[in-house]
Amino acid sequence: MSGPRTPNRWLSKTAVNGSLLLAVVYMLFPLVWLLTAATKDAGGLLAGNAFSFEGFDLGGNLTRLAEYNDGIYFHWYLNSLLYAGVGALACSFVSVAAGYAFHVYDFKGKEKLFGLVLLGVLVPTTALALPMYLLASEVGVVNTYWAVLIPVLVNPFGVYLSRVFCAGYIPDEALEAARIDGAGELRVFWSIGLRMVMPGFVTVFLFQFTAVWNNFFLPLVMLSDQKLYPLSLGLYAWNSNAHAEPDYYPLVVTGSLLAVVPLVVAFVSLQRHWKAGLTAGSVK
Amino acid sequence: MKARTRAATILLTPFFLLFTAVMVVPIGYAVWLSLFTEKQSGLGFGGTETVFTGLDNYTAALGDRAFREGFGVLLGYCLFYIPLLLAGALGLALLLDSALARARRFFQLALFLPHAVPGIIAALIWVYLYTPQLSPVVQAMEAGGIGFDFFSPEGALPSIVNIALWEWLGYNMVIFYAALQAIDRSVLEAATVDGAGAWRIAFSVKIPLVKASLAMVGLFTVIGSLQLFTEPLILNKGTGSAVTSTWTPNMYAYTAAFDRNDYGLAAAASVLLALTAALLSFAVTRLTGRRKAGTARKERTA
Repeated sequence: MSGPRTPNRWLSKTAVNGSLLLAVVYMLFPLVWLLTAATKDAGGLLAGNAFSFEGFDLGGNLTRLAEYNDGIYFHWYLNSLLYAGVGALACSFVSVAAGYAFHVYDFKGKEKLFGLVLLGVLVPTTALALPMYLLASEVGVVNTYWAVLIPVLVNPFGVYLSRVFCAGYIPDEALEAARIDGAGELRVFWSIGLRMVMPGFVTVFLFQFTAVWNNFFLPLVMLSDQKLYPLSLGLYAWNSNAHAEPDYYPLVVTGSLLAVVPLVVAFVSLQRHWKAGLTAGSVK
Repeated sequence: MKARTRAATILLTPFFLLFTAVMVVPIGYAVWLSLFTEKQSGLGFGGTETVFTGLDNYTAALGDRAFREGFGVLLGYCLFYIPLLLAGALGLALLLDSALARARRFFQLALFLPHAVPGIIAALIWVYLYTPQLSPVVQAMEAGGIGFDFFSPEGALPSIVNIALWEWLGYNMVIFYAALQAIDRSVLEAATVDGAGAWRIAFSVKIPLVKASLAMVGLFTVIGSLQLFTEPLILNKGTGSAVTSTWTPNMYAYTAAFDRNDYGLAAAASVLLALTAALLSFAVTRLTGRRKAGTARKERTA
């Protein structure tokens, strides 16, 4: 409030923005390294000098990635798209339906039931992976697409978010008006509620898509057939080989870069949605 | 009214069916499994039979030094990681929330971006950046006279804490920033009129008002930390790192199940881990809940 304001303010401004910039450098340099490393052949990669374009061979890396083992990498890519795309879509639908019901309807024991959902948010899911594996092997779905797809349909936090979003996006009058027009309850949900809460639906989808795309422990436990692997597991397997066989390094690095691209694109283009999700989570 | 009950049932059933199949049943099954063990029958030619052993698997797990050390590692990890994460994320959020910050959208996006990187890939990248022959970081550090071996016994914990910070700092910063933005601006203006500077406002007004978010992030971070697996697994494989294959309880359970085929022991280890998570969640919510009640009481007497 006092003193020579201009130089002082200039100094503070530099300090604030400088610190933020430093944090950005820390966040981005591993990604920049990944980008430059993916352009190198095995020799250039192991020779160090990571931020240069020495030994530039991006084309060769991509070709080898596409050709190695009959193009298994892009098979993994499709698997990841399937697990994350189908899994997240179905999960969002199930979550929004439940969140909508919690918001719109009153019934006995509702808040107790919702408490159970919140309790589910706190369960450490990796502790469930082993018993789930044993259950899945009794039912005979171990080492199939279902073993990864079914568990990712459940996200208690998605139900919580959906309820918050329904409260924010769906005015009671809209539902009432549809009922007066003679629409049945499910019809009201389908054509009014779901449509109005669509931004929330996209948010739940985005977070679940990310979670499944990044999922590692569950597929590691459930899958042994390489043809069913998602990217995370495939890259892990290649990396385990790389210590004995350095030719795998460029495959792992280039494969990692391509695996990161879809999510980076999604987060850059859907900024409104992930911010909305984290805001709804924070202002409880 | 009946139509509404029917609709509520139809909309809730898919979630709760799946919830039961994927969460409730596995928890029950884990508890059940943990009470049995596979024994070789006869001379070992007759295959195995399953025998009820009560709490034997639990005493075996708790009696195993490797398992107990895993919890020691987790404790060290939590004490190291969680304060750094909370302080770092909150600090960055306060910087971004200050009137002096520029390009807020860019900073938010850039800091959040590591969340788009799968944990396994984040770990792979950082292991490359820790490897002396490959890493520009290690080379730069050595040029600056700092020799640090990320794969040594003392380096194990910092290596993994750094990967986790890189993955979660920006994500939690966005949560805190959203909470800070939700503060009623008239409160901040009033503090400014009263003569409080930026530091004073940050510590005496802003931070107390986002305590609920701090508690929530703290809770989720504790639960996430207990499940530590992917990053140490990558460090364990072939880097010559001091991280062992049973370094964390989760790794212990995995090894017990898939290397030793001892499902009873693995289930007991999983149950113990889940119990720890439940106890800690309870403690964190109670602790932060009580503190909130405490401040409310103070305000009333003031």
